[in-house]
Amino acid sequence: MSPESKLKRVDLIFGEYSNVQYKVLTDTLKRKNEDVLKDLLDSGLRGRGGAGFPTAMKWKYTAETPGEEKYVVCNADEGEPGTFKDREILTRVPRKVFSGMAICAKIIGAKKGYMYLRGEYRFLLPDLQKELDIYHEYAKKLKHDFTIEIRMGSGAYICGEESALFESMEGFRGEPRNKPPYPTTSGFMKKPTVINNVETFVNVVMICRIGPVKYKELGTTDSRGSKVFSVSGDTPIAGIYELELGMPLDRFVDEFGDGDTKAVQVGGASGFCVPRKKFKDTIIGFEGVPTGGSMMIFNSSRSMYNVLHNYLEFFEEESCGQCTPCRVGCQQLRKGIEAVKKGNKKALYLDQLMKLSDSMKITAKCGLGQSVANSFSSIVSNFKEEMIY
Amino acid sequence: MATNNTQLISELVARYGRARTSLMPILQEVVLQNNYVSDSDMTEVAKQLDLSAAQVFGTATFYSFIDTEPKGKYVIRVCKTITCDMHGKKMIIQTLEDMLKISVGETTPDKKFTLLETNCLGWCHKGPAMLINEKPYSSLTPENVHEIIKEYMNQ
Repeated sequence: MSPESKLKRVDLIFGEYSNVQYKVLTDTLKRKNEDVLKDLLDSGLRGRGGAGFPTAMKWKYTAETPGEEKYVVCNADEGEPGTFKDREILTRVPRKVFSGMAICAKIIGAKKGYMYLRGEYRFLLPDLQKELDIYHEYAKKLKHDFTIEIRMGSGAYICGEESALFESMEGFRGEPRNKPPYPTTSGFMKKPTVINNVETFVNVVMICRIGPVKYKELGTTDSRGSKVFSVSGDTPIAGIYELELGMPLDRFVDEFGDGDTKAVQVGGASGFCVPRKKFKDTIIGFEGVPTGGSMMIFNSSRSMYNVLHNYLEFFEEESCGQCTPCRVGCQQLRKGIEAVKKGNKKALYLDQLMKLSDSMKITAKCGLGQSVANSFSSIVSNFKEEMIY
Repeated sequence: MATNNTQLISELVARYGRARTSLMPILQEVVLQNNYVSDSDMTEVAKQLDLSAAQVFGTATFYSFIDTEPKGKYVIRVCKTITCDMHGKKMIIQTLEDMLKISVGETTPDKKFTLLETNCLGWCHKGPAMLINEKPYSSLTPENVHEIIKEYMNQ
């Protein structure tokens, strides 16, 4: 590997705090809301949870929605298989997360914020609570009337879906709501709410710190900025890496693979599986294959049938069971590939299963059921032999 | 139905308030203290929050970390998602089953350990991983699992 082929490391998200505590927050609170929003819009920042909605638009819509009571929610229910970057962010730079939430609160006019932390990360709570106390002291000094409370999840992947997350916080089963209405008009307690991923709030703070021009130097037209990647699987250097968005997958594999990479699952179980022959033409970013950060690498010793089977079991268990396409679909896809593998069904049956996954994409109520088809069709179509023999 | 947790639940209700938004924190706290929430606990929570017991059951049973069956003092949850699976999760389960003399889903007769599998814990770069109650353990091998469990056994 030549030195120039090495992917550029970025040190934005995990970069050190300013010497002055809560400096970015202090400075940004002095600015006009429309100026900050304009910077965010210019920066091209899109949500880092995976869906990639433009952050500035989300905030603008919520700010424009009339209402006394509004909320800022930080989605820390990181549950996508292969993702562990939010844990790292919350461990290393929690102040940036709280600052981002506080900036958002000023812009939309919220007094109360919540962080929904997944139950699996309860061990982070004591440290986070200490950091939160420090934040609240500073907010008082800055006369910024915005408090943050941490609420815990209890082991349900679906609660990472924003409307299911609100249901859970309100004391209900984590079952997604119909959309519209969107959270910008009806979120937590049916009030206008901005809900963003942990990393998105940090990006906001960094844009406020370095300005949109400098921020835009990172990434591509469609995918501005950097991204924290969670790299796992068959790689000698698994871990957390902050890289520019918009890189071609072959360069990623050159650097992180073990020399025998057969496929990369981009975006977790709900993402896409890219086989070796497509590495060159695949861009990691919103113009290509988007990811919330999960990059799972598989080498040629791995059975893609096992990988898919593992994902389907995951979805089957994590489906909230509310809508039929997802509840029954996940189960039938799993049983279907088992039957083909055992020879109880002909190989052609895979085509029917593909049709089923396509229907789920259209008819499932939320992102979970809709995205099962992503991994299903990308694995089945690229590794058909492995499904059959 | 009587519950030993009436006082605990009253305290939690006083702390979090009687709104439905308090339901999750209250249930989570009961589980933290008892490792599960019993039928009678749920009925008591319902009474104090002025909800129907069915509403509390409905919420509680949705969440895999809110156990509604008695569990051991130490609940072991081994991650079974793909990267942990690829890096030797089966051997870890085998080690735990041998040491504790129970299968996945079971509790030891002395009610000390419960062994469960769970979905992605977020330690994919250091798999296999497990949680014992809320404490995560990663980069597991049969050897270090042996050490870890021995320590818990002596506690």
